[in-house]
Amino acid sequence: MELLGDDMARVDLGGVSKAINIALVDDVAVGDFVVIHVGYALSRIDAEEAERTLALLRDAAAATEIGA
Amino acid sequence: MKYVDEYRDADLAKALAARIAAEAKPGVSYRFMEFCGGHTHAISRYGVEDLLPANVQMIHGPGCPVCVLPIGRINDAIKLAALPQVTLCTYADLMRVPAENGASLMKARAAGADIRMVYSTMDALRIAEAEPHREVVFLAIGFETTTPPTALAVKRAQALGLRNFFVFCNHVLTPAAMRAILDGANAETERLDGIVGPAHVSTVIGARPYEFVAEIYRTPIVISGFEPLDVMQSILMLTRQVNAGRREVENQYARAVSRDGNIKAQREMDEVFDLRDSFEWRGLGEVPKSALRLRGAYAKFDAERRFDIETVRARDNPACECGAILRGAKRPTDCKLFGSLCTPDTPMGSCMVSSEGSCAAHYAYGRFRDARRARAVEAVS
Repeated sequence: MELLGDDMARVDLGGVSKAINIALVDDVAVGDFVVIHVGYALSRIDAEEAERTLALLRDAAAATEIGA
Repeated sequence: MKYVDEYRDADLAKALAARIAAEAKPGVSYRFMEFCGGHTHAISRYGVEDLLPANVQMIHGPGCPVCVLPIGRINDAIKLAALPQVTLCTYADLMRVPAENGASLMKARAAGADIRMVYSTMDALRIAEAEPHREVVFLAIGFETTTPPTALAVKRAQALGLRNFFVFCNHVLTPAAMRAILDGANAETERLDGIVGPAHVSTVIGARPYEFVAEIYRTPIVISGFEPLDVMQSILMLTRQVNAGRREVENQYARAVSRDGNIKAQREMDEVFDLRDSFEWRGLGEVPKSALRLRGAYAKFDAERRFDIETVRARDNPACECGAILRGAKRPTDCKLFGSLCTPDTPMGSCMVSSEGSCAAHYAYGRFRDARRARAVEAVS
């Protein structure tokens, strides 16, 4: 992500570069991941929560393999 | 793409499916509604229903912005676009929604109306700035995801001193529609055992506004991300709530959704919009306090005032089952028109237009499964 000023930022969407508006999310910084909807960032992805969710997913999946 | 690919892992999906099958009790049926069209699309696209045991059933909800906009308001938009001084800016998927007598924005444009598809409210603002002799109307639709962007555009128009930018506001509210669905759930719709709550909407409004679902309607709800593993994990969480007799708001999409949501976005919405007493939804009818309009302080940007719009209620095509499908009372394949007269190329109803619509999603992905099942049944008999 590159900050362009005037509440705009250039983001990488899986290889596609796009200018989006970041006025709705405070203190967006280079390296952040954001949820984008109709050209606006709505939320910043929380890396720790993302990891916790994945860990829960893997636990549930592993429980099946052992239990089955 | 980070935070996307890892939530699409096929092996994990299979293991999760086995977990759901292990925990869903035989003899108990689990009926879960995914409220949001984004989830409907993901469930169809990734074949999530194929992975679920037969007693865990997904019911499609009304959370598709294009689908729930009533015909009367599309008629209004077509009339607006016909005014010679007006440039109508719209999100692309509204273009093909059928209005009365086979009309649509697409046909209006072919007939010469100045209608432009935009990706964002910023595009509409740019058009208004670049073409001061045109009266630029942004056709604003959608839930709490698209509303803050419209609010920012109105405030930007104010700051720029634009006098030729207007908003035809059709923004609607998720909790009000959820209440309407749950109120109806005992009558026409069969029982709902749980709700898969919206992803992007919840990044804005947070988890708190859904507490009434658990407390008043005694229905479990899990806010879910949009990727297939997110949806499956949410289904597992709902199954566990049902099994334990719990009725809670749980948040599977914690990486993007907090309890309070995006306060900044909520403030922008509150500043620019206030509640309408009532608004018509396709499928749900009039729902009290379910939609927004521009506040008095921003009245000069309100297309309804500028162009004296008086919406006349219009009837849906009587053969089209969109209404019942949006309420979760029928499935796409229950409609006589589905896949024959009504296809994505020739939509008769709004649910066949947007990729988030139940009918469009089922046509694109689910109909092959139907055919496969039918063949399997024939082979057995």
